[in-house]
Amino acid sequence: MAVPKYKVSKSRSAKRKAANMKLEAPTLSVCSKCGNLILPHRVCPKCGYYKGEQIIKVEEK
Amino acid sequence: MKHKIGFNALSRSSSQRKALERNLVTSLFRHERIETTEAKAKEVRRMAEKMITRAKVDSVHARRIVARDLYDEVVLTKLFKEIAPMYVDVKGGYTRIIKTQNRLGDAAEMVILDLTKKTPSYDEKIKNAEKLAKKKAKEAEA
Repeated sequence: MAVPKYKVSKSRSAKRKAANMKLEAPTLSVCSKCGNLILPHRVCPKCGYYKGEQIIKVEEK
Repeated sequence: MKHKIGFNALSRSSSQRKALERNLVTSLFRHERIETTEAKAKEVRRMAEKMITRAKVDSVHARRIVARDLYDEVVLTKLFKEIAPMYVDVKGGYTRIIKTQNRLGDAAEMVILDLTKKTPSYDEKIKNAEKLAKKKAKEAEA
């Protein structure tokens, strides 16, 4: 059986993994009612509207 | 290959899954709108649609078949007398799923599973709730 001559260090394996990671910004759209930035196809958490209809009640602070 | 996988097992054994689905579908007909996770909603939707279609004809046979999966006889009566008659002219699409925000804690995708048509008793309930909220707001001010 083939055996690695040197153990791969934590640093080396971490570097290899880090090269394949990437943070991405979420895709956002604008709420047609209040202009808030929202996740697309979702009820706006600020005004509770979706497709021109009040879906949920939002309590005012 | 995704062959022969017709449904989402929801990480449950079949008995637990069945109980969960029966609970959710009973709640849906009782409250006409429930908030749950997306995966659960998509599973329950199928069951609810079939039940409404079945309930359009009010016969002893249809009632018995639907009653197998409902936990509450009051809800069974409501389904046959109030909910199903609203949909006599509609062929499917009795429910809709509206996505809301992800759940805090586990970031599960939450949705509202909703009957597209509401019974008069539901409208009344909403109105009463609104009145109560207004009253409470006034009292809080005073």
